[in-house]
Amino acid sequence: MAAPAHTIITFNNVVKQFGRFIALRGVSLDLSAGKLYAILGENGAGKTTLLRVLAGLAQPTRGTVSMLGTSDLRTVTREIGYMAHPSMLYDELSARENLHYFAALYGISKEDRCASLIQTVGLDPALSRPVGQYSQGMRQRLSLARALIHDPKILLLDEPFSNVDVRSAREIASLLGQLRDSGKTLLVITHQSDLLAEVANDQVWMERGRIVTPEERE
Amino acid sequence: MSVLRLTTATLAKDFRLEWRSKDALNSMLFFALLVVVIFSFSFDPNAEESRRIAGGLIWVAFLFSSVVALNQTWAREVRNQVLDAYRISPAPSNALFLAKVIGNFLFVALIELLTTPLFIAFYKLRAVGPAWQLFPVAALGTWALVVNGTFFAAVSIRTRSREIMLPLLLFPISIPAIIAMVSATTAILTAEYSARFWVVLLLTYDVIFTVACLLLFETVLNAE
Repeated sequence: MAAPAHTIITFNNVVKQFGRFIALRGVSLDLSAGKLYAILGENGAGKTTLLRVLAGLAQPTRGTVSMLGTSDLRTVTREIGYMAHPSMLYDELSARENLHYFAALYGISKEDRCASLIQTVGLDPALSRPVGQYSQGMRQRLSLARALIHDPKILLLDEPFSNVDVRSAREIASLLGQLRDSGKTLLVITHQSDLLAEVANDQVWMERGRIVTPEERE
Repeated sequence: MSVLRLTTATLAKDFRLEWRSKDALNSMLFFALLVVVIFSFSFDPNAEESRRIAGGLIWVAFLFSSVVALNQTWAREVRNQVLDAYRISPAPSNALFLAKVIGNFLFVALIELLTTPLFIAFYKLRAVGPAWQLFPVAALGTWALVVNGTFFAAVSIRTRSREIMLPLLLFPISIPAIIAMVSATTAILTAEYSARFWVVLLLTYDVIFTVACLLLFETVLNAE
């Protein structure tokens, strides 16, 4: 099957094995630029592994992944923003201190970038208390800000709505829609597909390490 | 991207984390003090014997207490998977390693500065040889402990029993350095032989292991 126009990510028969456990079983997938994909499936379906392979945190056992025209994902790390299920933040630091440090990893030293991102995700930039004292919802928002700090083209988000109240989850979903509209490509793992119903362009269903079509699910 | 700038940023972040949590410093200090006190109860040497055994006792105390700090170094990076944020960034892995080594060096050096006067008091130590030479020996010896310790703490970070794994990996490989630092310290305290050979050996050890750890760290950092 020919790849769709503006393909930005291609999985070609990707297998990922951890010892005897096979997390991904020959995943082949083409994803287009500027779209928001909801990655759906039960626990253990291989969704997180799929994102970790894309982020370059796990190497495929077999098969290839290419992104932005290269299969060497280390060369395109600057274009990827990754939000994992854990917060990937230092509990002892404030929001601003956390973002400052992660900005430095990308060679960004603009003070106003951190403050405006904290505001963008709906937090108060003046808040000085450590992240360890934040609610889960606030952590999720800050974690999203961290993933956006270097203005990546591709955003990989692992359950951004988990443990977040309904109102906050809707605000995050709306923000994801805005990011998609600004030209970014988003892959969002969620168990709450209804939250993405209005903003997702497509759904990718996974089952036991495979991509499944709606017919196969039935 | 400048390694120096990133090293400085990581070092500043680590100092801030340690200042707020005091996880490593408190446990290291109490551990070192305990060792000093227990040793002082266990042995009651005269001045001559003190000079002969103090090198060994003091370095064993620093070795054991530094392991506490070394385990903490990476524990806070694994918590909340923060290390993955570093791994997916374009930041060079050597900047992270250097920052961790320099940070640990300064933490262990601070503990040495605080506990050495106690050692001197408990054992009534007075160096017969040139005492100033103890400073370069302490610096080289501490570097030897922390450069390998930081590296092997990173190796053992993903193992289930990492607190046991670190000494198992670190102590055997540190034997040449420990022999050199104890011998150099004893040489200076007793003035019975020259410390020169042991200092050169320690320096060589430091250079070799610093280069080797820098070369291998990226592989360790990105291991699944």
